[in-house]
Amino acid sequence: MADLNKLAKMLEELDDLMVACMKCGMCQAVCPVFAETMRESDVTRGKIALLENLAHEMIKDAEGVQERLNRCLLCGSCAANCPSGVRIMDIFLQGRTIVNTYMGLSPVKKAILRGMVGNPKLFNALLDFGSKFQGLFTSQANELLGSSCSKFLSPVIGDRHFSPLAKQSLHSKYGTIDTPAGKSGIRVLFYPGCVADKMYTKAGEACLKVFRHHGVGVWMPSAQACCGIPALSAGDRVAYDKMVKFNVNIFGDGNYDYIVAPCGSCISTIHELWPQFSAEYPKEVQDKIAKISKKAMDINQFVVDVLGVKPTEAPKGGTKVTFHDSCHLKKSLKVASQPRDLIRMNPNYELVEMSEADRCCGCGGTFNLYHYDLSKKIGERKRENIVASGAKVLSTGCPACMMQITDMLSQNNDSVAVKHSIEIYAETL
Amino acid sequence: MLSESLVKEFKSIVGDENVFNSEADRQSYSYDSAVLEPVVPALVVRPTNSEQLGKVVALCNENNNPITVRGAGTNLSGGTIPDKRDGIVILTNGMNKILEINEEDLYAVVEPGVVTAKFAAEVAKRGLFYPPDPGSQAVSTIGGNVAENAGGLRGLKYGVTKDYVMGLDFFDVNGELVKTGSRTVKCVTGYNLAGLMAASEGTLGVFNEIILKLTPPPAASKAMMAVFDDVNKASAAVAGIIAAHVVPCTLEFMDQACMRYVEDYTKAGLPVESAAILLIEVDGHPAQVEDEAATVVKVLEKSGATKIVVAKDAAEKLKLWEARRNALPSLARARPTTVLEDATVPRSQIPAMVAAINNIAKKYDIQIGTFGHAGDGNLHPTILCDKRDAKEYHRVEEAVDEIFDTALSLKGTLSGEHGIGMAKSKWMEKETSRATIEYSLNMKKAIDPKNILNPGKIIAGR
Repeated sequence: MADLNKLAKMLEELDDLMVACMKCGMCQAVCPVFAETMRESDVTRGKIALLENLAHEMIKDAEGVQERLNRCLLCGSCAANCPSGVRIMDIFLQGRTIVNTYMGLSPVKKAILRGMVGNPKLFNALLDFGSKFQGLFTSQANELLGSSCSKFLSPVIGDRHFSPLAKQSLHSKYGTIDTPAGKSGIRVLFYPGCVADKMYTKAGEACLKVFRHHGVGVWMPSAQACCGIPALSAGDRVAYDKMVKFNVNIFGDGNYDYIVAPCGSCISTIHELWPQFSAEYPKEVQDKIAKISKKAMDINQFVVDVLGVKPTEAPKGGTKVTFHDSCHLKKSLKVASQPRDLIRMNPNYELVEMSEADRCCGCGGTFNLYHYDLSKKIGERKRENIVASGAKVLSTGCPACMMQITDMLSQNNDSVAVKHSIEIYAETL
Repeated sequence: MLSESLVKEFKSIVGDENVFNSEADRQSYSYDSAVLEPVVPALVVRPTNSEQLGKVVALCNENNNPITVRGAGTNLSGGTIPDKRDGIVILTNGMNKILEINEEDLYAVVEPGVVTAKFAAEVAKRGLFYPPDPGSQAVSTIGGNVAENAGGLRGLKYGVTKDYVMGLDFFDVNGELVKTGSRTVKCVTGYNLAGLMAASEGTLGVFNEIILKLTPPPAASKAMMAVFDDVNKASAAVAGIIAAHVVPCTLEFMDQACMRYVEDYTKAGLPVESAAILLIEVDGHPAQVEDEAATVVKVLEKSGATKIVVAKDAAEKLKLWEARRNALPSLARARPTTVLEDATVPRSQIPAMVAAINNIAKKYDIQIGTFGHAGDGNLHPTILCDKRDAKEYHRVEEAVDEIFDTALSLKGTLSGEHGIGMAKSKWMEKETSRATIEYSLNMKKAIDPKNILNPGKIIAGR
């Protein structure tokens, strides 16, 4: 049992942030978890109240607070709509770190985050190995989506439908890429992120094609670690720090203009969270992070805002495609028009908007692992909106959202393909 | 804490999944939007139909557990803070169905947990209009709106929630269903119990179904902003507009202090050097709108407005209202704690009230920004402070006392739209009289002899 007094003292540092919440309750309007459960402890206002009570030792059930604090997608919808501008993501990420560290991480989380994801070489080797034998354990679920499901009931996978690991990951196919800037005069550090590296390699390949076409020099070090967001979301600073330092060591001061990724979550982590959570690092690491983070940019934004690619008019009559705004892309990075511009560049598609395009799909990274039933309910609403749009293709700018939406569509046997927006643009080149 | 057997009884009525008994769950229903001390309920129960609701109410009464009904918990006067004596919170968000929208007879029947904005949107889909628009409508519930008699920006022309309640069914403290009002336009059968129940803040019964009046929507609207170098001139303009027989749907006021906070946050280009602005919208038939807008402009000019900006299209209108919509967020970001009051005075007394608020801010060395519904005299002096600073917060409490004393001395009222709740019950006798309090207490005692229904709200000392 945790010593509440010590825990309270640790949480006191969040007091200045938490007191800004005036408990107006407007977060209820936009929270996807609350929409499903309608429980006050599942909405931001309730979670902040519980953390405050824990900090002031008004509640004894620290485990109860921990459990509710972890029931959050970290989608940022509440922060984006908070009238008082409460720094909700800061409160939740720091709160999780304090509470989860103090209460202790589950052995499963520790094994996954520290033992596997935190060791890039081992992580890559395990998944490369897994990709070769996955067929033994899975069968095809939906031909169009290319999704699979487990042949055997698995305690981890459950009844999920998932995209299989790529036969060859980007890092094993290309090793290190190191090309000079071409006609664009720009050189990028390409950071595919775990999911595009190992599962949605088409998105990664599309990025490389775009770089080649526009004469953008690419540096893709073969050894890259996870950006750290799964560990930070789980409140595991040990694993998070390990991943960040691994990457910073490789990225160095960097002979590149931008760090580009096809994943809004990775970019928002590098851009926003790396500097924010670097106060305890040595000065040298902090300085590097300060430089690196400024260069981080989403691929959609890079192509439109930096390379200047923009459609002249929206094509009509092609395959209908609808775009899902990933939370990190739109709510954190404010990138929403650029992926749509890229889709409009392809005359074979016609962009149609679904309702609630920027509503969270329910993935929430590891939230999907621990709260699958809830994640699925939220995802079902996204799936209904996609189907109602009449689109034959769902596009998004985040590989994690692609995983979740593929699961939802595949389980309903919908004939809607899932593509990253950069894939649709790359098809025109 | 409740006995295990009683908790089991509640579970047998609403199901295990709708009884929240853990410490963490109960703590998250200990507060609402008012800056008041939280009170942790003994249990939280969520009925999902009428039958369950009636049984839950009866069970609470049998076991002497005070009932506090909670919609979205957005009210600003502490109306949904549970009672200290093993109070039970009844959640209404399990009863959130729109039961009927009658387009021919212009009414709707809803369960109390329906979210206001969702209801308004459903009605609008059918080409109809539900005018009450509390600021929290994106989350607040119809039941809560009726209980607190919520207002909003359209109050001047369209009134408040109470004006749209044609009738309602509610459970009395014994769990018996009481029917009031009617689906007819006219209804003078018996006491106006529906009118009594609206604004009763859960102290007289527990709502089951509510019949709401609908109207056709206005065909057109026009918005404008008027800038003044003197608060008195702005107030004269408000009176002048009404005297010219124009009733705008919205007539909003913002003082200089408030404008400065808004400008700091939004950089909207507000005239921060001026004393005040009015934001006005007229609506109705297109010809009437043009005519009324022209009259309003004339009155504004005559009243000494230094600048009048009329929105040319929907986009410009939206831009004008952005400043108003950002008033509270801007103020809320200035300091950690935001105390939003709703002192209300006769329209003619707005300059006196604004001047008094500014003097009170100086006297107690606190920050106050004032905005509000000038058309109906409903001001929102918003005090910015840090509740953790005991000395400062004490000054805030003294200032709030003085603000309400001032409003009453100007023949105003304690609340234009936020209700009395726990926060303002101590001033009730000052506004009304001892006899009024006694009369209300006797009525409450007759209806709820054990004081089970949301005790401690509205009437102090019970």
